Amino acid sequence: MANAGLQLGIIAAYLLVALAVGLVAYRVTDRTAEDYFLASRSFGTVVLLFTTFATLLSAFTFFGGPNLAYNAGPEWILVMGLMDGVIFAVLWYVIGYKQWLVGRANGYVTLGEMLGDRFGSVGLRVLVAGISLFWLIPYVMLQQQGAGTAVTALTEGAVPYWAGAGGITLFMILYVAVSGMRGVAWTDTLQGVFMLGMVWLALAWVLAAVGGPSAATSALAESNPEFLSLGGGLYSPAFIISTAVSIAFGVTMFPQVNQRFFVAGSKTVFKRTFVLWPVLVLLLFVPAFMLGAWAQGLGIVAEQGENILPLLLNEYTPAWFAALVVAGAMAAMMSSSDSMLLSGSSYLTRDVYRQVATGITDRREALVGQAGVVAIALISFGLSLFQPATLVEIGDTAFGGFAQLALPIVVALYWQGTTRTGMYAGVVGSQVFYTLSVLPFGVFESVPVIRLLAALATLLPESYVLPFAPGLGGFQPSVVGMGLGLALTVAASALTSASATEDATAYEGLSAD
Amino acid sequence: MRTARAVGWGLVTVVMVALAVPWFLWGSSAVVAGLPIWVWWHVGWLALISTVFYAFTRTDWGIGVETNGGEIDG
Repeated sequence: MANAGLQLGIIAAYLLVALAVGLVAYRVTDRTAEDYFLASRSFGTVVLLFTTFATLLSAFTFFGGPNLAYNAGPEWILVMGLMDGVIFAVLWYVIGYKQWLVGRANGYVTLGEMLGDRFGSVGLRVLVAGISLFWLIPYVMLQQQGAGTAVTALTEGAVPYWAGAGGITLFMILYVAVSGMRGVAWTDTLQGVFMLGMVWLALAWVLAAVGGPSAATSALAESNPEFLSLGGGLYSPAFIISTAVSIAFGVTMFPQVNQRFFVAGSKTVFKRTFVLWPVLVLLLFVPAFMLGAWAQGLGIVAEQGENILPLLLNEYTPAWFAALVVAGAMAAMMSSSDSMLLSGSSYLTRDVYRQVATGITDRREALVGQAGVVAIALISFGLSLFQPATLVEIGDTAFGGFAQLALPIVVALYWQGTTRTGMYAGVVGSQVFYTLSVLPFGVFESVPVIRLLAALATLLPESYVLPFAPGLGGFQPSVVGMGLGLALTVAASALTSASATEDATAYEGLSAD
Repeated sequence: MRTARAVGWGLVTVVMVALAVPWFLWGSSAVVAGLPIWVWWHVGWLALISTVFYAFTRTDWGIGVETNGGEIDG
């Protein structure tokens, strides 16, 4: 590729900017855990908005989303709108604002900590952190794999995969370990603004070249008329609802997003972010996904595994602009991973390590947190070299896995009658159901106990069609599991009573001035 | 009064979620100003939701979440 040098240059420039931001952040960061992981709960509207956004959806905006629209039609715009513009925004209030109040009153840094305190249970805390790391680490592995593959493709194999993925891992370790939450969020903000600008420039450029939206849409109407009609193909009502619901709830429990519920500086920041959220969803996804769909009508051909947006831009915009977008997308991948490393580290060190080790001062804890970043980065890098099929599958189904945690936690946040036993039942029950439904057993199937589970798993259907409304299509196991988790939490709580160490009113009586 | 308002916002939320996908346009492939009509619905609906959210933050923010009735406690 002729512009490979340009792309590498842009990526290098991005890394330098990120490093500079990280160093500035390092200078203003105290060596306490609360400051390292949460920037002392001080974020303003713009930083909170963009850090959540960049963390969540960055690479997907440029690659995954347009690819989906290219292959299956632009209805993905509605899925994302329902998911992120509406359901996630409502959860931002219902889960996020509540967690912010509780976290601020008690100094919580992680979700597990908040639950462990309320239910007087180290076990529950370790369990929630453990489940989160189980889904998170393979997901981080996929990001490294993506970045490594992209560098190899960019340099046409001159930089081998291990060196590309390893180099990016090393950079993230350096940068995240040094700068903590503040540095991560600041670069996310730059990233987010950059991304928004790029998407609109790309839209303007492509539309100017092809003669405006009407011309582009007419071309699509000729090549793929089914793309313009709402629904059809992949998009059954059940698919749209299951995907939007399980991803929106899943996102709230992803450590790097859940932790951002704790970092707002004030109630006003929460309110403003809440109002701006649907607007940002609109501004980013409509142009990005329409470009993907239009590319189909414009006759751009993407091979298996190729991303459509760079191909489209190569066709209609100058090479340097396409390079800028590709480099931006790679940087975006990193901005998701760095947040995951930081949050994963807080779960690992505070919720797991610190519960077994004693005598760790607050000062030393930031140090342990940095060690956690290094540990998670190296583990997931090591795994990305081998890319075991089961782990790839875990990473691919991570959103659904996190979604299983959401409803038991909503119940705990709002219902004083929730008991520890209820939480265990809901959390464990839904996880078991979901993992049996979606994960392959691979080589483990030779272990006798697991063979039994695998036999059980074959009884679970891949999707659930409502007998009274078959026309809606099949619902995914993730939403069924969420319902199961909700039912188990409520039922087991109703049947058991709280032990003396549980504090039913821990989340009550909180407000912000 | 407060309960009534909470129920009211609950209903508003249900409507916002339920119509985020324009089910009544299912199968429609009408194109308006260069975009499928349902994309325009999406644009308008999210803009409306943002406005509703704004109204919520100005009036009843804290309802259902701040359990002391939303009064300022020193």
